[in-house]
Amino acid sequence: MSRYNRHIILSEIGQEGQDKISNAKVLVIGAGGLGCPILQYLTAAGVGTIGIIDFDVVELSNLQRQVLFGASSIGKNKALAAKARLQDLNDAISINAYPEPLTYQNALEIFQQYDIIVDGSDNFETRYLVNDACIIKNKPLVFGAIYKFEGQIAVFNYENGPSYRCLFPTPPQKDAVPNCSDIGVLGVLPGIIGSMQANEVLKLILGLGDVLSGKLFCYNALKSQTSTLKVTRNSAIIQSVLKDKDSFKEQQININCQNETQSISISAVFPEDSIQFIDVREVHEQPKITDVEVTSIPLSRLETFLDQIDSSKKKLIFCQSGIRSKKAVELLKNLNITNCFSLLEGASEINNYLKEHKKSPSDER
Amino acid sequence: MLITVKYFGQIAEVTQKEEEELEVAKTSISKLLETLNARYTDLKNKDFQIAQNQELVSLDTELTGAEIALLPPFAGG
Repeated sequence: MSRYNRHIILSEIGQEGQDKISNAKVLVIGAGGLGCPILQYLTAAGVGTIGIIDFDVVELSNLQRQVLFGASSIGKNKALAAKARLQDLNDAISINAYPEPLTYQNALEIFQQYDIIVDGSDNFETRYLVNDACIIKNKPLVFGAIYKFEGQIAVFNYENGPSYRCLFPTPPQKDAVPNCSDIGVLGVLPGIIGSMQANEVLKLILGLGDVLSGKLFCYNALKSQTSTLKVTRNSAIIQSVLKDKDSFKEQQININCQNETQSISISAVFPEDSIQFIDVREVHEQPKITDVEVTSIPLSRLETFLDQIDSSKKKLIFCQSGIRSKKAVELLKNLNITNCFSLLEGASEINNYLKEHKKSPSDER
Repeated sequence: MLITVKYFGQIAEVTQKEEEELEVAKTSISKLLETLNARYTDLKNKDFQIAQNQELVSLDTELTGAEIALLPPFAGG
């Protein structure tokens, strides 16, 4: 019996609808609390091409709600770990993992390759970036966001409907709205909201029912209450995004979470071209890393040797345990030197990783 | 007239309640907001939009509705 039999026997879907699902290309931003259920249901449903973008690594505290991951995923990049799990769930679809941050530089090219964009990110900077890229590329955006016990869902930029900026024109002040890692979230809530986002995606693909466009659906898990608010399109706001589209790529994303953006696992970024490894330990410290080219600048002398930092490359900074490398990233950031990341791993772990992966670099995309 | 005001997310934390009924004069949304700002002093530090009878409205809209909602943006995922 066909994998999709329970879809096909629904008269509203049938083989024709299932073929639409198979031909659909959906990009999911973030493989976290929302991303996991979204990805799980879209994969099970047989969406033919799924993209997953997430630079972050799985931590133990994620397992309370990020249901694609288990103990064996801890320390791995979320996009890659999700891909491995999902490919087991459905090997008949194609999954593209992007183990990197979404930026103004890569967004338009990635969005171009998909029909529908689903936002499961966890910060306003990314959400506004996603919204604006969807306007520029004219892609429907399935939006979902959560706060403690409440969630919001909407479909934006669909058939001349409103965008997220028509609802909230500008991002709130930094730190005005805390995120899950600061304040906590009921684990099942992103499961509910993410599943509703997956439902909107399937409705868009199938052309079924009433798409949640022009409306914001609000859910309160404690009260079991819902409200649907009407949102109208503000053409002036959308035009102003379009007017700036030529300078879109010149903008810099500045996510205001300390650990999550600046610390990264080597498994998320290597192998990749245009990397500069920077060792900020003192010169006598062992082990040395020999499998790749390394620029050695002790933290204490970093500001004196800024000319050794290659502005054209992604800078991966490491030390013995990950503490000095974080300080180095902070220091460089204050000097407006961007594209710097502190490696979560210390020198000996990096050595082990490079020895394992150097001979057969696998292309995960 | 008697209106119901609903508070979502962080706004409900400021007001310490998810909804309340208020007796108000026929006025504008911005006047209502002044009343709420006086009652809940932390409200002015929060970002939110206002809906009247389930429809987002601007501050200069006339207050006609039975139900007002204060809706903040959520970022979590």
